[in-house]
This record gives sequence, structure tokens and C-alpha cells, in this order.
Amino acid sequence: MEKGCSRVSEPAKICDGENCESPAVVYVKQIVGGKASDYCYCRACAEKKGISTGASQEFEAPASAAPLEDEIRVSAATCPPGPCSFCRLTWDAFKQSGRLGCPECYAAFEPNLRSLLRRVHGAALHAGKVYLPPDPAGVDIDRRIGTLRRRLRRAVEAEDFETAAQLRDRILEMEPAE
Amino acid sequence: MDDLETVPDFGLDWLDGAGPDADVVLSTRVRLARNLAGRPYVSRARREDREAVLAAVSRLVRRDSLPREASLVSMERIGARARRIFLERRLVSKELLGEDRTEPPAGAAVAVSSVDPVSVMVNEEDHLRIQCLVSGLRFADAWELVDELDDEIGERVAMAYHHEFGYLTACPTNAGTGLRGSALVHLPGLVLTREFKKVLRGIAHVGLTFRGLHGEGSRVAGNFFQVSNQTTLGKSEPDLLDHLGRVVETVIRKERKAREVLVRDASTVTEDKVWRAYGILRHARALTYEELVNLVSGVRLGVALKLLPVPPVYTLNRLMIFSQKAHLEQAAGRELSTPERHAHRAEYVRRALDSEGALGGRDGGTSGCGP
Repeated sequence: MEKGCSRVSEPAKICDGENCESPAVVYVKQIVGGKASDYCYCRACAEKKGISTGASQEFEAPASAAPLEDEIRVSAATCPPGPCSFCRLTWDAFKQSGRLGCPECYAAFEPNLRSLLRRVHGAALHAGKVYLPPDPAGVDIDRRIGTLRRRLRRAVEAEDFETAAQLRDRILEMEPAE
Repeated sequence: MDDLETVPDFGLDWLDGAGPDADVVLSTRVRLARNLAGRPYVSRARREDREAVLAAVSRLVRRDSLPREASLVSMERIGARARRIFLERRLVSKELLGEDRTEPPAGAAVAVSSVDPVSVMVNEEDHLRIQCLVSGLRFADAWELVDELDDEIGERVAMAYHHEFGYLTACPTNAGTGLRGSALVHLPGLVLTREFKKVLRGIAHVGLTFRGLHGEGSRVAGNFFQVSNQTTLGKSEPDLLDHLGRVVETVIRKERKAREVLVRDASTVTEDKVWRAYGILRHARALTYEELVNLVSGVRLGVALKLLPVPPVYTLNRLMIFSQKAHLEQAAGRELSTPERHAHRAEYVRRALDSEGALGGRDGGTSGCGP
């Protein structure tokens, strides 16, 4: 039996370990009697099965550790879509520079970029701050009050009482009357 | 628009060495890459696009006091030496100043708060680079300041954001959170005990990256390394910084252990090394910057191990910033030739150390005070 093991950079699959639903991070090709089978495991299941994951004993590894600039070149080499309709950047030009031309490029090159982002970051779905665009009409009062409260707290901590008083008055103005 | 003269002693709070773990970690930086919606990124922007981005930031500074009590400095409107001072203080990047640093790109600017350790680079690779730089290991504090400023800016200016890919950036390596955290660490113990390669390999293995003192592409000098996150998408900002912070804490533990080994197993060699470094700094008549950084590294180790009673970390941090080319020329009020610069640097260092009192031996020092 031959066993080949490598880290995958697209942890979209679920671990093949028994009763395990963790994302797979180790990909195994097993060849038995000339017949190849593919399995994928999370790190814990891989280690239970005695497969070396290459993980450091001292540092906890995130999903991806790919050399990023190299990944752009490798992934970009296989993608030939048309230019961005907003800034006219071509995929070839992106391959050369590694820089996109405008926010619309993400839509123009979406399938290719999704694949590239997975390879680079080990994920293609944002899990950070959710951006709420400006709200000039002041519809989202709770959000504005929340921001002002945070600023008030910081002003008090910094003993900037003049700013704190101004912020307190603005919060009182915005809060609905009891 | 402000010039250098109107900006207070800007961006140097981190020099005080007052943060936690300051014996190993000089500074913590957190930055967010942001782009305005509907505008091409800087690499494909026309002059009017760049100027529109700058005008938006100018409104934030003037009308909304964002960042708080900030000065907005256009790189085009200040001289080459002043631009370099911003670079030497780590408030702007080489990229912001243009390839040859003689002619900065249109609209390149930086807004620096005089009360918070935050600044915003304008028209670098991305429209905005919001950053916080604090002393010691303080990712959570730095994140809180940057997060708040980002919220405030994002409420007033529409940002390029995608429900799936998060904040959209010029380079896909920054997409998602747009967050880069980094800690500037001093690892002489690991270097001298020849453990550092193993540790740096470990850092690289867990998806983090390390660079030299002056960021991307810079050489490692004086045992100073910047440890940063590499991926920005798929995890929340606190999770990314928490992982980075835990790895840096592991590095700190290893460094302290290595220093213990040095004192225990090689005390004479170590003591000789730090005293030699101090002696050369104290008496040299010409110093290159690289030499200075290496010597400061030795003295910093000596201070951390209590082999040298002075100078305080604050003084050592100041030496590293204020003995750079543009700072020396600013103090001299003129351009300096290379030999002159080396002489001015040595003189500056001697004066700074003189103010801390001369040391004749382990017990010969005075208690330190800032210059």
C-alpha cells in the first residue's frame, strides 16, 4: 500500500473521519492493489490515523499557509476571462501585476477570484466585520447610538470630558423618549 | 493641508516602551486596507480619482475630526526630506512615496492624529490604509482603536464591500478583512543560541510571515523581526489577531528562555558582547545605520538582562528612529554627505547616552531618564 499525503489549500470538504463534521485539511490518496481512493480528514482525525499533518507542535496552524504571491501566479495562469467593464483591466494584466483595478474586478473575475482566494486564504467567504454603508437619513438610529456610546466610553477613559459631554448630549438627543 | 511643522511630535507614542512585554516586543501595528466604492484602485486611478479620494479624507479630517485632532499632510506638498521623515517614523510606506521617492503619486497623503496612535495613509496601494501603532504587545488595544476609526469613516464614506468577499482590496491577498497585524520583536537570544531559524520556520508554517525591521523586502538587521498575519479572509478580525498574538506570545517565551540560557551558559561572552556594544556606541566617531542597529540590539539585550543599568528602552527606541538619514539632516538643517552622516549619527548617539550618565561598570550607572 502506498500512501501520499499533502495539505490541501481548499478546505471546502468535510472530514471523512467517523462521525466527524469538521472541515478537512488533509488530503490522502491511497493506492491499494493498483486502485486509487481519495480521502480527506480534519487534522485531529488525520493524526488519529497516524497521518503526519506536518503541523508544528508549538504553533497552532490556520487553514492556509500558501506563499501568496506564488499562488496568484499559479492560479492566474489558468484563467482567461474578459476585461473588467469598469476599469478595463484584463486578466492577463492582473497576472502581471497581481493587483486588481477596481472593486468591479471582483465581479468581472468572480469565479477565478473565488478559486484564487480559496487557494490564498484557505477560504473564500468573509467572516469579519459586516459593513453597513452610510446612513445619511439616520434611519439606523441604534447603530449610530452604538457608535456614539463607544466613542463616549473612550473619551471618558481618556479623561476628555469636554468631548464626552458633547457625545452624551448627542446620544440623549437621539435616544427615543421614555 | 498641513506641513511637517504643524504636526506635533507625531506618531512616536510607541517609542515609550511602556507596553506589555516591551523587553521583546517593540511595537504592535494593526492596519486595515479600505477602498472607496465606485472608484478605481490607485494603480488604475486617474489624477482626478486620486484627488477625489484625498478630498474625501480632507472632509473627514476637517469636518468630522477623523482621526481625532489630525493633521493631513500631502506628500506632494512637502519636501523630500520631510517625506522621508514620515517613512522613517513608519507612518507611511515606500509605496506611498513612489518608486524613486522623488515624485510622490498624485493625492498621496497621510492623516496623523495628535492624540491617538492612529493614522490614515491615502492613495497608497489601496485608497485608505487605517493604522494604529502602539508600544509592546497590544493587539486588542490597537484593534479597538482601528475598528472604531474604521466604523466612523465607513459611516461617512461608502466603502467597496462584497457580501461574500468582504472588503475589496487592490491585492486579493488583503481581501476580506483587509487586516494586517504585526509585532516588531527583538530576538537576540534566539539568534545567539541559533534557535531563531527553527522559530521562524514555525512562524511560516502556521501561516504567518516575518520580515525585517523596515517591512516587506527589507533586510533583517539587529535581530529585529516583524511577525505578521498573511491571510485576511475566512476569519474574523479578533480571531486573526488572537492567533497572531498567541504565536507572538510563544515567540516571547522562547526568546526569554534563550536569554536565560545565555546568562547561565555563556555569561562572560554575553556580558562582553553587550558591554562592547555599549562601549562602541558611547565612543564611536562614525557609525553606519546598520552598525547602529546591531549595536542597539546588543545594548537592548544588556538592559533586558540587567547587565547594563541604562539606557532605558525609550532612549534606545529613539536612537533607532532619530539617527536615520532624514532625521539627522533635519537636525543639521542641511543635506549631509555619507561620511558626514556617519559622524553626525555617532555624535547624536554619544549625546543621547551622555544624558543617561556614563557607566564604568555594572554598578557604575545612574538611573535612566529620557533625553
